[in-house]
Amino acid sequence: MLNSSLQQLGAALRSKKISSVELTQLYLDRIATLNSKFNAYITVNEEMSLAQARAADVKLVQSETNALTGIPIAQKDIFCALGWRTTCGSKMLSDFIAPYDAHVIEQFNSAGAVNIGKTNMDEFAMGSSNETSYFGTVKNPWNHKAVPGGSSGGSAAAVSARLCAAATGTDTGGSIRQPAALCGISGLKPTYGVVSRYGMIAFASSLDQAGPMAHSAEDLALMLNVMAGFDERDSTSLQRESEDYTRDLNKPLNGLRIGLPKEFFAAGLSADVAPAIEASIAEYKKLGASVVDISLPNSRLSIPVYYVLAPAEASSNLSRYDGVRYGYRASEYTNLADMYEKSRAQGFGEEVKRRIMIGTYVLSHGYYDAYYLQAQKIRRLIAQDFDEAFKQCDVIMGPTTPTTAFNLGEKNDDPVQMYLSDIYTIAVNLAGLPGMSIPAGFGGNDLPIGLQIIGNYFDEARMLNVAHQYQQVTDWHTRTPQHIEG
Amino acid sequence: MQWEIVIGLEVHAQLSTNSKIFSGASTTFGAEPNTQACAVDLALPGVLPVLNRGAVERAIRFGLAVGAHIAQRSEFSRKNYFYPDLPKGYQISQFDLPIIGQGSLTIQVPTTTAGKTYKKVVRLTRAHLEEDAGKSLHEDFQGMTGIDLNRAGTPLLEIVSEPDMRSAAEAVSYAKMLHTLVRWIGICDGNMQEGSFRCDANVSVRRPGAELGTRREIKNLNSFRFLQQAIEYEAQWQIDTLEDGGTIHQATVLFNSDKGETRAMRSKEDAHDYRYFPDPDLLPLAIDNELIEQIRGTLPELPLSKQARYVTDLGLSDYDADTLTSSREMADFFETTLNEVPKEAKLCANWLMGDVSASLNREDRDITQCPISPQQLGGMLKRIADGTISNSAAKEVFKILWSEGGDPDTIIETKGLKQMSDIGAMEAMVDEIIAANPTQVAEYRSGKEKVFGFFVGLAMKASKGKANPAQMNEILKRKLAG
Repeated sequence: MLNSSLQQLGAALRSKKISSVELTQLYLDRIATLNSKFNAYITVNEEMSLAQARAADVKLVQSETNALTGIPIAQKDIFCALGWRTTCGSKMLSDFIAPYDAHVIEQFNSAGAVNIGKTNMDEFAMGSSNETSYFGTVKNPWNHKAVPGGSSGGSAAAVSARLCAAATGTDTGGSIRQPAALCGISGLKPTYGVVSRYGMIAFASSLDQAGPMAHSAEDLALMLNVMAGFDERDSTSLQRESEDYTRDLNKPLNGLRIGLPKEFFAAGLSADVAPAIEASIAEYKKLGASVVDISLPNSRLSIPVYYVLAPAEASSNLSRYDGVRYGYRASEYTNLADMYEKSRAQGFGEEVKRRIMIGTYVLSHGYYDAYYLQAQKIRRLIAQDFDEAFKQCDVIMGPTTPTTAFNLGEKNDDPVQMYLSDIYTIAVNLAGLPGMSIPAGFGGNDLPIGLQIIGNYFDEARMLNVAHQYQQVTDWHTRTPQHIEG
Repeated sequence: MQWEIVIGLEVHAQLSTNSKIFSGASTTFGAEPNTQACAVDLALPGVLPVLNRGAVERAIRFGLAVGAHIAQRSEFSRKNYFYPDLPKGYQISQFDLPIIGQGSLTIQVPTTTAGKTYKKVVRLTRAHLEEDAGKSLHEDFQGMTGIDLNRAGTPLLEIVSEPDMRSAAEAVSYAKMLHTLVRWIGICDGNMQEGSFRCDANVSVRRPGAELGTRREIKNLNSFRFLQQAIEYEAQWQIDTLEDGGTIHQATVLFNSDKGETRAMRSKEDAHDYRYFPDPDLLPLAIDNELIEQIRGTLPELPLSKQARYVTDLGLSDYDADTLTSSREMADFFETTLNEVPKEAKLCANWLMGDVSASLNREDRDITQCPISPQQLGGMLKRIADGTISNSAAKEVFKILWSEGGDPDTIIETKGLKQMSDIGAMEAMVDEIIAANPTQVAEYRSGKEKVFGFFVGLAMKASKGKANPAQMNEILKRKLAG
């Protein structure tokens, strides 16, 4: 049951081989036993999950079902869910009970899915290792000394350790793809605007995008079918015809043109990751694809551009956490300014404060033109690089990350080294393109390696097809970490 | 030595939408604290703003009314600062690219001579959309501050003028004209007590011809009287300071209406760095010509156009035209009345600005609450114009219309207020009077023309006030001449 696909689980539920309550209880029991080991979840609420499972069982009896009805899905703790504690990995919101549902949560609720718990994450999604969470680090299920990646590290670990059937994540600079790669699962960041941001706690509004994390491309497609859709409460949500992301899964890949950006295979790519990616490309050639060498010359500026724009937006987005209306407030203060200062100094962690300061600085009078405006201009150049590249190819491929999972604590004292782990993923967010990571082998230390697939705008169905066909001829995505038995 | 006062105004007009500029919460004034603040207004984690189309349409209406450029592409920016009644820690406003560009407003400025005004064109720099903050309530809580977020997110149009005004009187005329205009085009209720229309005044002084002096900004003036007092006080303070050899430092000041003084609140050095940047939650606002033209089609005739028409076509004075266009309701009342007596514009104007306004003032009503309809008033004026009733009889009819209502012709009939127009009967009366008062007749004929009034009195009394005074005078003069 634990290794079943979403489709198999759905079939089992519909044919009454198992009830949603039984399936939910199975995962709840696993979480109760194993979460202390991985720390993948911040909040589990058996009552609420089982209530949803009972409701799903009623729907299943009445055959009012959707592909995900009754299936336990983990939600990144960045999504507000009515009645659930929603912390965003921060002390600031450690007692915040959300009074409303995010659009994504509404979509899962109306599909009849079960919220199995809220997953751990880097504080306010700022981090690449899950080490900035106020609720402790998450362990990589493949190696407990290694990081799971971040910021959606809890979701990645929960999927990998079979503590849920699938999960949601959010990706601002790689936060779905990088942990998916490091934990050996599949993850998709859709085109900016495909999934509503309403109720998803903002980090950097112009980059944040929610997406699914699961065992396979097929599962991702079923998840995205539920998550995507226009929402008038998000002005950046795109008004488009709804589509079935599973529709092209089985198309053959004959004639597929794969672009390989030379910048993604240059210095910095570790010796064990490179051959795995090359082997994947070889596999694609066998499937009928051809390869084109391309260049994304401005992608080398992605990290500096990102670390101007994302903190700028974050510094403003996080101003609302002031201790006045909700959230953490310092217990002792002498006046209003002191209350603000102490509440924010005590409520936010180091990385969040670092980014608020960077953001405040780059938006300051006299620095705005040199940093913020300049970064916006380069952002446009980066997007133009992709436009040019997609004239020559259908999808772009490369490594998701330069290395496999690094050790807990390894990059903690060196923020720039930490930022470099997102070097291949960030440009995709800056351009607003869809990107995904699928398992593509193991490194020298037996840790998973991710293959990144970047598509053109709204090309998610094609990317899922490309990933699915690979997963029909390889079994990396079915590999299971040891030590996850309950 | 002469000083010139230079004034520019920033007016915040609250737009009359039912819901807030970025959320669906109601904008109704006066509800229990925090009952009209939804998740978006409270800035809960994860919420997002969605622009209210009604606010955009109202801004465009204003732009068209002041002949301004409507930006095809404008942008919302975040103005970042911390304050307890600013839930997001930033205000969504417009900075680089406002929705409304340069325009102008023609104002009538009263002079020290009653009834005399002069015209002046004040240039508008820009007008932009933004959200209001909530309110901090310092009085009601012992040693603590309460926060009411009902007002947070209320749509505002900030209208910025060039420093074109040269006296408090000009500033007040400008503010009043703007106040008239926003109500005229239906974008703001103009209620100043409730804060729907607030003025900030930038004041500086200089020697005529010199460069602009350093300005100080007087914040939050919510009545025309305070605007006048604050500018006068501030300008005099600046002049006194400079004449005493001091210098003016740029500052934000508050007006204390009890003391009639302005006092510095913060200096330029304490000014915030608001770190404006485009709001990534809102797309740039694109406005197409179709929408602009559609809105233009719904604009009423504007005060300035009406004023010009009243002067040129109806022969009214500038002063009358200005007064009759003080509000759209007043102008509508005037024009409906005039429909009843199309040739008597001056008569209509005199009654509206005279007896009608005086009676309204006495009862503290505005023109929309006038108990006499324009049709009733016009019906009565028609009878003055055709000589059926005298002016004094009309005052009688007016009183009855005001207190009891009814049809003017019926009132004239039942109260017997018709003017006497039988020349023969009037001549007979005059003959009788001349016969009965030989002494006075002799006096008049010997040149004492003052006695004429004595005869008029007797004649009006004899006719019980119903004689047409002009006709009666003519008969008296003829008969007395002998």
